[in-house]
Formats: sequence, structure tokens, C-alpha cells
Amino acid sequence: MSDFLRSYLTVVFLAVAAFALVGGTLSLSRLVRPKNPSASKLVAYESGVDPVGTGWSQSQIRYYLYALLFVMFDVEAVFLFPWALRLELFGVFGLIEMGIFVFILLLGLIYAWRKGVLRWV
Amino acid sequence: MNVLAQAVAETPEVAQGAISATLATPKIDWIAVGPATVLIAGALLLIVTSSLAKHTKWARGFATWFTIGTAIAAGGFTFPLWDRVNHGRSSSALSNALHVDGFSVFFAMLTVCTVALAALVLDGYLRREELEGPEVFVLMLLSASGGIIMASANDLIVLFLGLEILSIALYVLAGSHLRRAESQEAALKYFVLGGFSSAVFLYGIALTYGATGSTNLTEIANYLAANIIVHNGLLVGGLALMLVGLGFKIAAVPFHVWTPDVYQGSPSPVTGFMAAAAKAAGFSALLRILLTGLGSRRLDWQPIIWVLAIASMFVGAVLAVVQSDVKRMLAYSSISHAGFILIGLQAGNAVGLSSSLVYLFTYAIVVLGTFGVITVVGGRGDSRHGLDDYNGLAKRSPFLAVALTVFLLAQAGIPTTSGFIAKFGVIRAAADAHSYAIAIVAMLISVVGAFFYLRVILRMWAGSDDHADAHDAGEAAVAQIRMPIATQFAIAISFALTIAIGVLPQTIINFADRALLR
Repeated sequence: MSDFLRSYLTVVFLAVAAFALVGGTLSLSRLVRPKNPSASKLVAYESGVDPVGTGWSQSQIRYYLYALLFVMFDVEAVFLFPWALRLELFGVFGLIEMGIFVFILLLGLIYAWRKGVLRWV
Repeated sequence: MNVLAQAVAETPEVAQGAISATLATPKIDWIAVGPATVLIAGALLLIVTSSLAKHTKWARGFATWFTIGTAIAAGGFTFPLWDRVNHGRSSSALSNALHVDGFSVFFAMLTVCTVALAALVLDGYLRREELEGPEVFVLMLLSASGGIIMASANDLIVLFLGLEILSIALYVLAGSHLRRAESQEAALKYFVLGGFSSAVFLYGIALTYGATGSTNLTEIANYLAANIIVHNGLLVGGLALMLVGLGFKIAAVPFHVWTPDVYQGSPSPVTGFMAAAAKAAGFSALLRILLTGLGSRRLDWQPIIWVLAIASMFVGAVLAVVQSDVKRMLAYSSISHAGFILIGLQAGNAVGLSSSLVYLFTYAIVVLGTFGVITVVGGRGDSRHGLDDYNGLAKRSPFLAVALTVFLLAQAGIPTTSGFIAKFGVIRAAADAHSYAIAIVAMLISVVGAFFYLRVILRMWAGSDDHADAHDAGEAAVAQIRMPIATQFAIAISFALTIAIGVLPQTIINFADRALLR
């Protein structure tokens, strides 16, 4: 086995361990647990709330818009943190680059604001 | 010691060494990145100003002219670049991530031309369909900047970024007609399949990187020139996957399945832009990867391109014959045209590549004009695209009929139009490279192609106009065709260029030749 493949051996071991763990606990609980099925146990789990309607029901578009805005700033943070850690290294160049990046995102925010996305109607 | 602890242990030395001297940053050649930068800056400026402006009516006209102005400004940057390239200073910029050569300048010029023409057609379309304006123009500008980045990329990662900028904007553009279900459907289909093909392309990059140790095309070429790869499965796999990804973008058979649905469903001016700019960008990337990066592996990719070319020409032309929707027919014809352009690449000689570029340029102009006419004929709701809707068009609007006739004749490859020059170039290149089989197939397919183009022309000039009486509801809409002045202008420009290139082809051929020399 080449060095290249051997370094992937860890991945194989982990995968085997993962399958063994999940399979082992599931089969163990199958042996131990009592069995008395009822109709209400087959209902989809929605954090304790009774499910209403089908899975294809429409939901509010504003959740989607908020999620989109959130992702935008989430990604911004992903880039900002490593940059802030090594700010001295990147110097003025890095400052300007990040300024441009944040500025473009800011333009996106202005657009969202003008389109009324920030208002919870 | 685990990886994290190792990293922590190593960091102080690196940091101490680096803090004294800040990170070495690449020198930025502003003129080289000019065209793409101007387009992006224009798009940002447009979306902010138009969202801050209060009057949407006023904003729409402003968006059109601003877009065209941005395209012209970006085009202005290509002239000093062209000058520089012609004085033998083809160079790479941004630490070898971008190429500044005739090839990239050629595609930048082509892209800004398509933006300007498509914007002229879009203006009337948006007014007619009562759609919100600025976003469509913004997305088009961004998409075009992605195309330019693709054409000038010298690194597979940069190329992929360009591809994504181009594609993501196009997915949204395809769905930009908010009230047409077909438009939404087209956007979703394009997005799902496009995202999938991008992933395949990225995997191809990863395999190529694994085989050659670099994503830089020049370095890949150097590595392949200096080393003989014994087990070349990785490299050939990477090449194959990259061909799949780009084959999707240029709509080559067997990666063409999305094309008819997306071309038919998208707003007509957007379809024109897609067929012109996205195809050109896909081809620019394909040519760049195969020639610059994997030029030494020609024996690996030439047979693949051969098969793709013949399959695209054949399937596109044959399926176009049975279509009853003109937009769908043109989608199949664009698949067929992709096959013709691939012939030039397959030949692999200087004549072939130059004629591929000529083909792309002339096709872009012709297809934008064609979709300009289709936009107008489509009428309110963008739905009159059946062959019947073209019956007796010559009586209703001679201008549109003459223009569409010339555009379709050009696509069929009739002499004195630009299409003839393009087809003649690629077939001559194939003959020069002794690929007689492909040259013969191309000529036969041209005959098949002539059939379905001439069928539309026949209906326009000889078909009776009684279609309007049959559908009494749509009678008024058919009888009078409203033609915005901007659309007329765009059609006239395409028309003039199609004839001019057909009569005086030497200018464009020289242009393409010089683009490839540097």
C-alpha cells in the first residue's frame, strides 16, 4: 500500500467505527425496547407540535428573505474573522481589499432596505 | 501531536517572520482588469442608484442607457489592451492569474457588444411586459463580467469563478419574467442542471490538479511538457470531467438536454444574450484549457471533440426539423452551431481556431438579431412563438421579415451573409487538417439546416395571414406589431453587421487571426 493510500486509512477506520457505532446502538435498542406500535407514533416529528397540512404547504416569503440576508452576513463573518486575526500581515492592502468587500455587501444591504426586505410586514 | 496543536506550534515563527515585511501583494494591472471591473462597478452603481431613485418609469430608461454606457466604457478599455497586445506585449496580470492576449481582448470585445445589443432589445421587452427594470440589466452586466473573466483566466480556479459569475446571473435572468410560469420553470431547470455541471467541472479541476500539481494553465502546460505521466488516468479523468462541464455551457450533445427548455422558457432577449455571450464564454474557456493547458495532450482530446462536434451538428439539426416552436427550433439550431464551432477546435490548426473565433463572433451578432425579431413577434406575454405566428409576417412588418430572413439565411450559411464565411472557414480548416469525414458531415448537415430555416422564411413571405382570423381573440395583437425604436436599432445593427461581414469578410478574419497570434 502506497503512502498516499495509507494516509486515507484513518478515514476508513473512522467510517467503520461510525457505522459500527450507529448499527450497534440501533440493534441494541431494538433488542431491549418494548414493542407496542400505535398510529400516533407514525406521525412526523415536529418538535412536539402536531403537524398541520402537507409537506408542500406554502410558507411566508419573508422567512426566506431573512434567511438570505443572514447567509450574506454569515459569509461576511467567515471572511472577516481570519482577516482580522492577521491584519498586520495584510497591511494597508488587506484593509483596502476588505473595505471593498464590505462596501459591496453594504450596497446589497442598501438594495434590500430600499426594496422593503427589512420591514416585517 | 494532532493537527491543530501542530498548527499552533508553527504559527509564531511564521508570524514573526512575516510581520516585519507585510505580505507580498501582486501588482495590479488596472488596464488589464479594466473591462471586467468597469462592468462590475457599473452594475453595482446601477443597482444602488436605481433602488434609491423614486420614479420607476424614469429609472427604466436610465437603466438601459446606463447599461449601454457601461458596456461602451468597458469596450473602451479593450482598445488600449488591443494596442498593447498588437505591439507584442501580451502578458499575464495579477500574478499569472489572468492572461492579457489577443484572445482575451477578442472575447472582451465580443461580450461588450452582446451586452449593448441585448440591452437595446431588453428595454422594449421590459416596457411591454411591464416588468421591473434595473435588476435584469444589473444581472446582465455581472454575467458579462463573468464571461470576460473566463476568457482571460489563466488559472482554473479563476476560470471557475468566472463561470459561476456568468452562470448564477444567467439562472436568475432566465427566470426574470416573474409572471410567466415557463420562465420560472426554465430558471429552475437551468439552475439545477447548471449547478450539477459546475460541480462536475470543479471535480475535473481537482483531478487535473492532482495529476499535474497546479491549477495554473501555464504551469500545467510546463509540467506536461517536462514530465511523462505513466498512469494518466487522473489527468484524462480530469480532462473528461472539465469537458463535460464546459460541454454543458456550450450546449454540445450529449450535454444539451437543458437547452430547448431553457431557451424556450427564458425571456426572448435573455435567450439571445444566453446564446451569444454564454456560448462564447464557454468556448473561450474550452479553447483556453485545451490549447494553453492541455495542448500537449491533443491526442487525448481531439477524438472526444470530434465525436462531440458530429453529435452536436447531427442531433441539433435533425431535432430542429421537427420543432413547431421557433424559439425551440433556434435552441436546437444553436446546438448544431456549437458542433460547427467545435470543428475548428477539432482541426486544431491556426486556420481552425481563427475560424472558430470568426464563427463565434458572427453567430453572436446573428443570434442577437434573430432573438430581437422574435422578441417583437412574440407580442405581449412573450408567447407567440409558434411557426403559425410567422405566417405572412412580410405583410404585417416588412422590416422584421427582411431582417429575420437575412438572419436565418446567415444561420443556414448562404453566401453574402456572415454565416457563410463562418461555415466556410471551419469546413476549410477541417479539410486542411485532413479530417475529411467531419467536413463532409458538416456540409450535409448544412443542407438539413437550410430546410428548417427556409421553412420559416417561406411562411413569412408566402404564408397567408388567415391565422389571425382563426384566433379572433388575438386578432388585434397580430394585426399590428409594435416595435420600440431601441429594438429596431439593435436589429438594424445586427442586420448591417451580418451583411457587412458577409460581403467584406477580411476585416473580421484578420481580427481573429491577430487575436490568436498574440
